[in-house]
Amino acid sequence: MFAYLLRRLLYAIPILIGVNLLTFALFFVVNTPDDMARLQLGAKHVTPEAITRWKVEHGYDKPLLLNTQATGSAQFTDTIFFKHSAAMFVFEFGKGDDGRNIGNEIKNRMGPSLAIALPVFVIGLMVNITFALLMVFFRSTYLDLWGVVGCVVLMSISGLFYIIAGQYFIAKLWNLLPISGFVGGIDGLKFILLPVVVSVVAGIGGGARWYRTIFIEEIGKDYVRTARAKGLSEVRVLFRHVLKNGMIPILTGAVVVIPTLFMGSLITESFFGIPGLGSYTIDAIQAQDFAVVRAMVFLGSVLYIVGLILTDLSYSWADPRVRLQ
Amino acid sequence: MTAGSINFVPVILWTDGLIFALLAGVLVLAWIISRQPHLRAPWAAVARRPMAMGAALVLGVFVVIGLLDSLHYRDKLADSLADKPQYSVEVLSAFDALVGRLRTEQEKTYSAPLAMQLYAKEFVERDGVTVREYPRLKYGGAALKHADERLPDITRRGIIGAAQGLAASLLLFAALAGWQARRSRLPLGEWLMNWGEGRLGWPGRTITLVLALLLMLGGVLAHLAADYHVFGTDKVGQDVLYITLKSIRTGLVIGTLTTLVTLPLAIGLGIAAGYFRGWVDDVIQYVYTVLNSIPGVLLIAAAVLIVQGYIESNPGLFDNAAARADVRLLALCLIMGMTSWTGLARLLRGEALKLSTLDYVDAARAFGVSHTRIISRHIFPNVFHLVLIAIVLDFSGLVLAEAVLSYVGVGVDPSMYSWGNMINGARLELAREPAVWWQLGAAFVFMFTLVLAANLFADGVRDAFDPRLQGRR
Repeated sequence: MFAYLLRRLLYAIPILIGVNLLTFALFFVVNTPDDMARLQLGAKHVTPEAITRWKVEHGYDKPLLLNTQATGSAQFTDTIFFKHSAAMFVFEFGKGDDGRNIGNEIKNRMGPSLAIALPVFVIGLMVNITFALLMVFFRSTYLDLWGVVGCVVLMSISGLFYIIAGQYFIAKLWNLLPISGFVGGIDGLKFILLPVVVSVVAGIGGGARWYRTIFIEEIGKDYVRTARAKGLSEVRVLFRHVLKNGMIPILTGAVVVIPTLFMGSLITESFFGIPGLGSYTIDAIQAQDFAVVRAMVFLGSVLYIVGLILTDLSYSWADPRVRLQ
Repeated sequence: MTAGSINFVPVILWTDGLIFALLAGVLVLAWIISRQPHLRAPWAAVARRPMAMGAALVLGVFVVIGLLDSLHYRDKLADSLADKPQYSVEVLSAFDALVGRLRTEQEKTYSAPLAMQLYAKEFVERDGVTVREYPRLKYGGAALKHADERLPDITRRGIIGAAQGLAASLLLFAALAGWQARRSRLPLGEWLMNWGEGRLGWPGRTITLVLALLLMLGGVLAHLAADYHVFGTDKVGQDVLYITLKSIRTGLVIGTLTTLVTLPLAIGLGIAAGYFRGWVDDVIQYVYTVLNSIPGVLLIAAAVLIVQGYIESNPGLFDNAAARADVRLLALCLIMGMTSWTGLARLLRGEALKLSTLDYVDAARAFGVSHTRIISRHIFPNVFHLVLIAIVLDFSGLVLAEAVLSYVGVGVDPSMYSWGNMINGARLELAREPAVWWQLGAAFVFMFTLVLAANLFADGVRDAFDPRLQGRR
């Protein structure tokens, strides 16, 4: 178990190096610091002096990979790659264009992101699985058929419409909940409710349909026939046998996203004004703040890899036959 | 033909060329499939599904509009010399020429659907006094003398349009019934009975119904659009129906061209990894794990920002705004394709891994058949259904993704007609008092119709092609 974990962690390192090199190539080689400066300074007729000043201010005035002017190990460490890309391995993200420390921002914004994303994940999972089990319970009846059609209809609506409609009807027209905003603690509940409800509803179509296919596949297997032959009720068969055996495909899809919940959702957070990492990212993209985008790419990859490892661990928890070696 | 005798010059944008190349490819593929019974069988199964065929008809309408909108040209300027013609910088399409007035009849600003007045009051000079009232529209309901005439006029147009659509569909149905009855050597009455009871072997009732609905809808829209702005007008007075119809092409381009980029990567790398194994497999797996671990939106955003920067710093490369927007659209397709091949590649790798251990592949190897030949003859045909299912399933997701990316600010060019841009603009419009909802509504209706049709069609294709689903229904 421990050896397995260690090996997986070691295997993650080359992947993170790959991510790092890719982002480095995208942000510094394809798009040179000079381009960045020009984009930031806006006007077409920027002076070379202004570009140089911008580069010095942001620490982009060094050579990319090899600093020939420095001596010793500084030849490698006093470069853009070392200062801005390799430093991310120790979660040293530097400063954004607004001058704030990105690491601190991430720490402060994880909470609000999680306050939305975690309930959405948990409630969404339960709601989707419940709907899926209901459809499977009534399988090959009109209820199931129309349930599937309903799922396809719900899936065909853009997520943006759910948010816009939710904000317009629930918050603006009926004044039930605040339209956007966020405060910490128990008072924040009224701000969290609307985004959570909207996100869960938006996910039902795709989610319930996906879990239904898992359960339908499961229900054709022999052990289900045996369970029925024993005289178990259909509800018991579904909840005790089918749900448990469907766990592996459910976990495959669900566990991997748990760590990435920290990142929040770009669209939901920006619409509802949640000061989380999602809105941070979207602001950075719109302001073309490459330092923040780079940091979020790296953080997202780290969390994804953690999710993959967690998925493997959860298999051995759900299915004792799975041994991690 | 000399340049002087025609008064326009065709413009082939990058995406136009690719779309028609894709169309040609699909037609060739369809021809090949229609000649092979074992390839035709699953398609025949799709054709027997009412839902899939109804959806296919709706998709067909969208595709026709999209294709018409991909035939671009530039008008000759009226005052240019005959021997040295000059052309307008504005790039139009066959679709623009077809709808004509819809594009040119521009109001001053917002107006509600089917309105005859602007949406906001303005100071107007009337009989020497300045009064504050809703000014009349220049084109919308211009023939009306009084506001009371509006509703009856709209109803009249609606009924005429629907009646014409109904008449056209009845005519079509009569022709179809006559032809089919003769082909199957049945008396007309018996064929009609079969049709009514759904015993034709193909979903005749659904197709007739959907066709009739489409024709009637088209009739109503055509009659209303002749004198009204059916979905109102936007901030600069542009007809919203026109905008949303133009957005169809953008959605289709993203949904299809992205897949076109995905396919060679996914098929090539996926099969190579599964077939060759060893270090090839390791390298390919490494590459797609790296790509996969980067959050998709962020990778797309990063790449789009870079392309955007490139386009902005090299304005001289594009001779007009349409070409610039088009290159950005193409870049978006490329980027989305480069980032979304991993899922299909992983699927194909697994399948190729399984297939390459089968006896007939071993036998082929023993006979000294080359790798390329084994892959093209034995592996690829056996994973083709997975590729096809992935294509149709991805399409709707890509259309939806365009809206989200445009909202984030890394989608298509802001000057381009797209549902994403429409929704993006609608956020501020909804906050107005009273809310301007029609732009959002139009984008919603059209996008929803396209995505729903695509999803229903994809379901039909998946059910027919996926061997695991066979015999379960």
